[in-house]
Amino acid sequence: MKSVAYSTLKIALGALMIVCASLAAEAQTLKVPAGFKTSIVADNLGKARHIALTKKGDLYVKLARPVNGKGILFLKDKDGDGKYDETSGFGSYGGTGIYLKDNYLYASSDEEVFRYELDENQAVVKPESPEKIVKGLIARNQHETKSIVLDNSANIYVTIGAYSNSCQVQDRRQGSPGRPGCPILDSAGGVWQFKSDRLNQSYGEGIRYATGLRNVVGLDWNSQDKSLYVMQHGRDQLSMFPDLFSSEQSAELPSECMFKIIKNDDAGWPYIYYDHIQKKNILAPEYGGDGKKEGDTKYIKPVVGFPAHLAPNGLLFYTGEQFPAKYKNGAFIAFHGSWNRSPQAQEGYYVAFVPFKNGAPSGDWEIFAEGFAGVEVVNSPRQAQHRPCGLAQGPDGSLFVSDDVKGTIYKISYTKN
Amino acid sequence: MNKLKIVVLLTATSVGAMAQTKKPAPKLKANTVSASALRSSLERGKEMYATYCVTCHQTDGGGVPNLNAPLIKSSNVVGDKKKLINILLKGMQGIDIDGESYSNVMPSASYLTDQQIADVLTYIRNNFENKASAVTAAEVNLIRKSK
Repeated sequence: MKSVAYSTLKIALGALMIVCASLAAEAQTLKVPAGFKTSIVADNLGKARHIALTKKGDLYVKLARPVNGKGILFLKDKDGDGKYDETSGFGSYGGTGIYLKDNYLYASSDEEVFRYELDENQAVVKPESPEKIVKGLIARNQHETKSIVLDNSANIYVTIGAYSNSCQVQDRRQGSPGRPGCPILDSAGGVWQFKSDRLNQSYGEGIRYATGLRNVVGLDWNSQDKSLYVMQHGRDQLSMFPDLFSSEQSAELPSECMFKIIKNDDAGWPYIYYDHIQKKNILAPEYGGDGKKEGDTKYIKPVVGFPAHLAPNGLLFYTGEQFPAKYKNGAFIAFHGSWNRSPQAQEGYYVAFVPFKNGAPSGDWEIFAEGFAGVEVVNSPRQAQHRPCGLAQGPDGSLFVSDDVKGTIYKISYTKN
Repeated sequence: MNKLKIVVLLTATSVGAMAQTKKPAPKLKANTVSASALRSSLERGKEMYATYCVTCHQTDGGGVPNLNAPLIKSSNVVGDKKKLINILLKGMQGIDIDGESYSNVMPSASYLTDQQIADVLTYIRNNFENKASAVTAAEVNLIRKSK
């Protein structure tokens, strides 16, 4: 009996060591610039979308699909070893958006936005009775998730993605023309502004703050230049027009754009797309474009044009003190990774960085953290073991990255040596 | 002789499908009888897949998590041919497979010919870890007309 128990113990210990080793090994697979270190602070949470941190370092995670009926997780590090060891949950709905501002936590389903009052430790006071601040938003299968951010004047910005690729008469059908005066834009394909402290708002109470944005998942309020910044998922499948675009061109175009948004801006979807190689807004083939004709000059241009199809799901302006000066006020972008480059290898699956100075990019974008996919080359998206999705800044200035494949949360810190 | 056999078999299948018997439709024995016909259908199907399908369903048939349905070991692919043919003819949006949802639009491919649809379906039914009988142009035609 004793030896059986001993064997069991040995097996358990062995298993524990394997688990520990694999956790450590996985964190090591991330490649970050010299002086930074990475660790896994939580794992296997579910489809972890956006995240928010309290001033004490506790973590809120929004799940795309509830796990055991809980769509929001609240993680604490009770023993202070740098890993979260206590998890509770609330909110029965799946979704993407979560944002913490002052005394409230805000979270979205695909049709609504709720807010939860917080106590002095920024823990939710009444997890089962949130206030519904926005309701009745369009969610039609495609680009249905809602992301949220607040400014410093009690406004909340909600992204409403277009339920279409390029507003064709027949969505994604080869050669189908664009619908004139794309009717989707009345209620989707943009960012809406609501009051963060008013209940039961819908389209009638909100303002279409910006339009012509196909699908925005990553967004942030830049307090330095008091502006909203968004990352657009650009259109897919230019190859539906094979006479105009080869499959290679369709893989490389159009650009994934970062836009600085001024109220009433129009980014041009579905009429144009941004070509980062020509550095021009180009008329979409559904609306008479040929890959060269330029679009109307009324459409805004991006502040940064990234390569095509990388799927930016998180945006964060870094305001911490921990990272070297170069990173201060710059933008981190979590790229979920592409699917629309097949048969070529897929790209993305990393966190990028753009330095900013005085409210504008001050240098080229670069890859900041990579290796999330866990494989050298991703030929098919399902091969990616982890995909970056949400970003948040910890109270000590560390950067947190969520993954919505396995629900891993990474912490990236600067250690100098 | 071989050619004659193929014709007879294809006709038998069409008749079987047309009669809508409760018995399962007679299985094509194309892979034993008409190995060369099957081979050329698979070759054409492979080209069709690379032209029309690979963007969404990927080189490995794995689809895209949350967006585009996988074809690997798929009961939708190896199962009822009528249902499968209709997915191509009518398109599809939103499907749940094994507890995962796939939300993207699959456009109708009704602009393809009966033979092209038969070829590409035969190809996916015999790749990506699937093994099922061929789909014929006659079967596609029957379902196209019956809608």
